[in-house]
Amino acid sequence: MSFLKINNLSVDYKMRKETVYAAKNVNIDVNKGEILGLVGESGSGKSTVGNAIINLIDEPGKVSSGSVILGDLNIHENSESIVKYRGNKIGLIFQDPQTSLNPILTVGEQLIETIQTHLKSSKEDAKNKSINLLKEVGIKDAEKRFDDYPHQFSGGMRQRVVISLALCCEPELLIADEPTTALDVSIQSQILDLIKKLTKERNLAVILITHDMGVIAETANRVAVMKSGNLVEIGETKKILTTPQQSYTKSLVSSVPPTNKKISRFVIVEKENKKNKENNIKILNRWTKKEISNQDLVQVKNLNKSFDDNFFAESSKNSVLAVNNVSFQIKEGESFGLVGESGSGKSTIAKMIVNLFKPSSGDIFFDKTCITKIKYRSELMKFRKQIQMIFQDPYSSLNGRLKVKDIIAEPITLHNPSISNSDLNNYVNDLLDSVEMIQKSADRYPHEFSGGQRQRISIARALATQPRLLVCDEPTSALDVSIQAQILNLLKDLQEQLNLTILFISHDLPVVRQMCDRIGVLKDGKLCEVSNTEDLFLHPSHEYTKELLHLMPKIESIYN
Amino acid sequence: MDNNLNLTKWERIKDSDIYHSFIKSPTAIISSAILFIIFFCSFFIEFLTPYTPFDPSSLSLMDAFTPPSWTEDGLSQFILGTDGQGRDMLSTILYGCRISLIVGFAAIIFSLILGVGLGLTAGYFGGKYEMVVMRLTDVQLTVPSILMALLVDGIARGLISREMHDEMAIYVLIFAIGISEWPQFARVSRAATLVEKNKDYVSASTIIGVSNIVIMFKHILPNIMRPVLVIGTIGLALAILAESTLSFLGVGVPPTTPSLGTLIRLGNDFLFSGEWWITFFPAIFLVILAFSINLLGDWMRDTLNPKLKK
Repeated sequence: MSFLKINNLSVDYKMRKETVYAAKNVNIDVNKGEILGLVGESGSGKSTVGNAIINLIDEPGKVSSGSVILGDLNIHENSESIVKYRGNKIGLIFQDPQTSLNPILTVGEQLIETIQTHLKSSKEDAKNKSINLLKEVGIKDAEKRFDDYPHQFSGGMRQRVVISLALCCEPELLIADEPTTALDVSIQSQILDLIKKLTKERNLAVILITHDMGVIAETANRVAVMKSGNLVEIGETKKILTTPQQSYTKSLVSSVPPTNKKISRFVIVEKENKKNKENNIKILNRWTKKEISNQDLVQVKNLNKSFDDNFFAESSKNSVLAVNNVSFQIKEGESFGLVGESGSGKSTIAKMIVNLFKPSSGDIFFDKTCITKIKYRSELMKFRKQIQMIFQDPYSSLNGRLKVKDIIAEPITLHNPSISNSDLNNYVNDLLDSVEMIQKSADRYPHEFSGGQRQRISIARALATQPRLLVCDEPTSALDVSIQAQILNLLKDLQEQLNLTILFISHDLPVVRQMCDRIGVLKDGKLCEVSNTEDLFLHPSHEYTKELLHLMPKIESIYN
Repeated sequence: MDNNLNLTKWERIKDSDIYHSFIKSPTAIISSAILFIIFFCSFFIEFLTPYTPFDPSSLSLMDAFTPPSWTEDGLSQFILGTDGQGRDMLSTILYGCRISLIVGFAAIIFSLILGVGLGLTAGYFGGKYEMVVMRLTDVQLTVPSILMALLVDGIARGLISREMHDEMAIYVLIFAIGISEWPQFARVSRAATLVEKNKDYVSASTIIGVSNIVIMFKHILPNIMRPVLVIGTIGLALAILAESTLSFLGVGVPPTTPSLGTLIRLGNDFLFSGEWWITFFPAIFLVILAFSINLLGDWMRDTLNPKLKK
């Protein structure tokens, strides 16, 4: 008899136009002392299931059928009684530690409040208990930090506090909704270790909701795969990841970038029969293809950037060096990767190369011309044309008030004002073709497209000026794995056919391994090491690189 | 998504969330119906009424001070009675309403262009320019808007010759009201611009090489119009009220082409002698007009604000 049993759970959202079934007849059971991974892409209903267990579904959604049995209690029997179980028998950990703590109460106050709400205990007892909990989740000097406010903790520490809050009433079930998605790799592995440790020590039943297969491979005992509200497959993690039965699971597993080898293209199961290769040739006719030479296209020399443009700031005393003496070269036709955790300055470097920021000191050479000291707009336009960028967030990188064709046409007409209307239309259609979008898309607005499709439109816009250098700033980190695989394949195809030079910026080591020829590792604005991809992964020389490689969640770890 | 393409424009509007929330809100329907009737009547008044109150030759002093038609001495041809010069109240009100609406709209468009122009550029360029513009709005906001308008009117009276004054009065009024309302628009559009300019689509345009002017007006402006239009609607009611206040104080449009405020002032003299309808009807009309605009503005704010969406 398993501890938590979800029987035939269905959740509906009645919208004006249609009813959305966020979960359909889901059956899941979790045992004590076990971590169940719940994976799926965005919109698959994984968070809905988590929220439905504690009846925290937002209007207009509601649980339309099914039961949730915890131990031997049906906790959905009446909606009032569920309040007793929330936070008491069931602990919750949310994705963003920035928002799941109340910023105006100290950590201690929040812990005591929660304990006293659910357990009858004196303030003294509650305080002692909270301090022990903080110690248990690995917060040093717990007695001192007890009176600190949430903003005085770092992201990882804050997530530990959230975990201690979830544990403070000794729950038997822990629901963790994307607990590490907002955190850096090194902190991610600490938090996951902590959850694993607590599961064993306290004999908890844990539901770990995540989109990251690497996290699942390293932590979950069993895994449930969801797709558009349906439970696709459930079973032992090893079995599901190595020998998936359903085609959806197969495609999901094959889209995950492997960490131990470089593959030429991701296998897209659903699209196998489709041949898109010929499409790309269309824009090739217009392209003045650069021969791959062995010359440096981009040279970055002793680049520094500090942010201290605050009007009242005392000069440079408190300024933070976002980029600190960085130098590297990118050869024509090469893909160069920049890796680092958040705050390492990788996006700042990208923005300086595309001339959005001016560096504080140092130079950037593009094709042997220094582009940081250009004064005249006409001269700058020549380089604008040759350096283009793809952004991280596909939802903010397209102007929602313009049609797709106007978005793509803007760079074309700007750099070639004399182009005829019919030629412009053809060009836009060719560009849409080459990013594998249908030509009808041109007359639509961006909000009608999904994240992956928007990212394709973004790529089409970047290609419109026929750039030589494409700067990709985390182009796939906002996307689901299967979409990520498609976009990465597309970028590889385009690079091969157009001889593009790519600067690829990411925090995701497996992705960088798939995409790049050479990699630079950044930490706190300093470049730790630059080397060929294979050398870096097999024989890292810098301590920080070794640590990063050691900590990254590996889907292959399931084989060991 | 595919069938969306085949819809006509009207069908698209019918499918939109805004239309739907409009249909669901009785306040919005009633207030916009009232506004529609008022707008229609006051702009097509020539075709709706046999009277031309501002043509002295058509007036008969015999009809002066006729009470509304439902009272004892009322005449059926003057539904809301007549004023001291024998003008029909209903048509006078509608003519007056037209002037109030024209002044209100013109003033709000004037302040909208000025405010959004300054707020957008201030938010986009930042630096010293932004500081100067925003301090200017602060200074402007410390002066009560009626005082500002009186000041402008006073200066204009000194500059414009007496003969020209009646002609120019309406433009002076538009300028005076417009100049006292622009800081709101500047603040809202600056705040919205600060949010929009950090979005990636603006960076993308910069990288492509689009000039600042085009980025501001083609890319950012359409994206900040929602909040601006909402405060514009509420500002419209304020502008109409400001016009009425100024006219009531005698510094607005002249009595020969009276607005609602002028009518209230003229009728005020007769209030204690028992001719209450001369001031009451223009006043109640003004209340209904301003109230409807405000209700519609409130509905717009709730509908267009994604944070308040249910």
